[in-house]
Amino acid sequence: MTIQVAGNLFTGEGESARLLAGRRRVDGKLLFPYPSGPEAANYELFELASEGTLWSWTVQRFRPKSPFDGRGGEHDFLPYAVGYIELPGQLIIESRIVVDRFDTLKIGLPMRITTEAYAETADGEPVLTYAFTPVAKGSGT
Amino acid sequence: MTSVHIVGGGIHPFGRTDGSTGLDQGVFAIRQALDDAGLDWSQMEFGYGGSSAAGAADAVLPRLGLTGMQFINVNNGCATGGSSILSGYAAIKSGEFDIGIVVGFDKHPRGAFNADPEAAGLPRWYGQTGMMLTTQFFGNKINRYMALNGISQETLGRVAEKAFQNAAHTPHSWRKSPVSLDTILQSQMVSDPLTKYMFCSPAEGGVALILASDRKMRELGLSGPRVRAAAIRTRPTGSFEVFAPALEIERGKSATQLASAAAWEMAGLGPDDVDVAQLQDTECGAEIMHMAENGFCKDGEQEAMIANGDTRIGGRLPVNTDGGCLACGEPIGASGLRQIFENVEQLRGRANGRQVEDASIAYSQVYGAPGISGCVVLER
Repeated sequence: MTIQVAGNLFTGEGESARLLAGRRRVDGKLLFPYPSGPEAANYELFELASEGTLWSWTVQRFRPKSPFDGRGGEHDFLPYAVGYIELPGQLIIESRIVVDRFDTLKIGLPMRITTEAYAETADGEPVLTYAFTPVAKGSGT
Repeated sequence: MTSVHIVGGGIHPFGRTDGSTGLDQGVFAIRQALDDAGLDWSQMEFGYGGSSAAGAADAVLPRLGLTGMQFINVNNGCATGGSSILSGYAAIKSGEFDIGIVVGFDKHPRGAFNADPEAAGLPRWYGQTGMMLTTQFFGNKINRYMALNGISQETLGRVAEKAFQNAAHTPHSWRKSPVSLDTILQSQMVSDPLTKYMFCSPAEGGVALILASDRKMRELGLSGPRVRAAAIRTRPTGSFEVFAPALEIERGKSATQLASAAAWEMAGLGPDDVDVAQLQDTECGAEIMHMAENGFCKDGEQEAMIANGDTRIGGRLPVNTDGGCLACGEPIGASGLRQIFENVEQLRGRANGRQVEDASIAYSQVYGAPGISGCVVLER
């Protein structure tokens, strides 16, 4: 049983994951994340595109304070990239970025959805969140 | 038509002051402002005050005297100081009051600000997965801006270099030692492309300003810069602001562009009229981007302007003459008022060692989460 960090955020795992947004029933306007509470009645769940391009990025070099609950403590924290991915005709989504070398990130780089075990539960079970990763060269679509 | 003037100012040095609470520093600033104007606390008809992490601002009242005055606590994120002065300005402009005080103070724990998703109306996962950090927003915003507008890493470094140079001449600054460009560029990376010395730190400090109508000012035999404009605006659709899990594809204006446009219109002045400017420099990229967002240049022109020394004291448009947030730190409740305090010092010719010669129009802009900007134009 896979543990997701939150409901109504994404479905599936890895390449087959799909990010969920809300589509407003009256006019089709997209909203991410999907709203909670009474507002949700105005939106239907909508699967966002799985590929886009890198709009901007940075690297989180120090361990964030609470409520961050990801892997690594003060001494074994591993930096991760965070950026925005433009999904054509939809939205520009903020996301963690899975990449081997930060210096390969460039604005305009083709990116696709994936999932990342960014944390684990007290029992050692991985907790998944959505992420984007550069489209591998030659993988084609 | 009533005009509003700043007839007194006080500041508790920014930085770290062990053994002194935020409230202590606010009271210190108020006493100094009263001394500066030669006024007594009992003469204040109203007060607006704010602090983000150091308690309610109206806790200054028992320290200074329970006179029964109108006092309103202001809490508007990083634009708290800008909101206080706007409120004081409106209170006098409306004719309701003739003289009053605005105060801001704060004392934050060390390290980056701690953001609470629920308090910002965002889901908890946004914080849990490590995306709710102001530092990331600044890195993302300037990284894209640099790529699109040809701004170099060295230009980022020059902004910090200038801040520390200016701060060496500022009694109220925190970091008074110049730092070399190499050290700035080679220091620890915090959020790419921004290094440790390119970011300001949460800090402590207090600022108080006394506002009066022109009539009251003359009656009391005082003088001081006139507030030509004070405007605050929030983020419009299509802007890119801090704590945004998603953006619209169609890009729009920023909160700062809206606030500055409103300030220019209210003042009947434009960017070319300004002699000295204090622009929100939470990090080096913010100062660069805010130069354009406030209308002082076109996107990309900063590269040549900064290399040319235009924003240094003695340059065409001196920016952040007291070292800004980069060298003074950012006590949220006090930070926007510090900018105005510095402009008052400049317009009164009291900025020893960092004085902009013959400054007559001064501009300030404070920016904060979740996308709010406040601009003030002062005239000598």
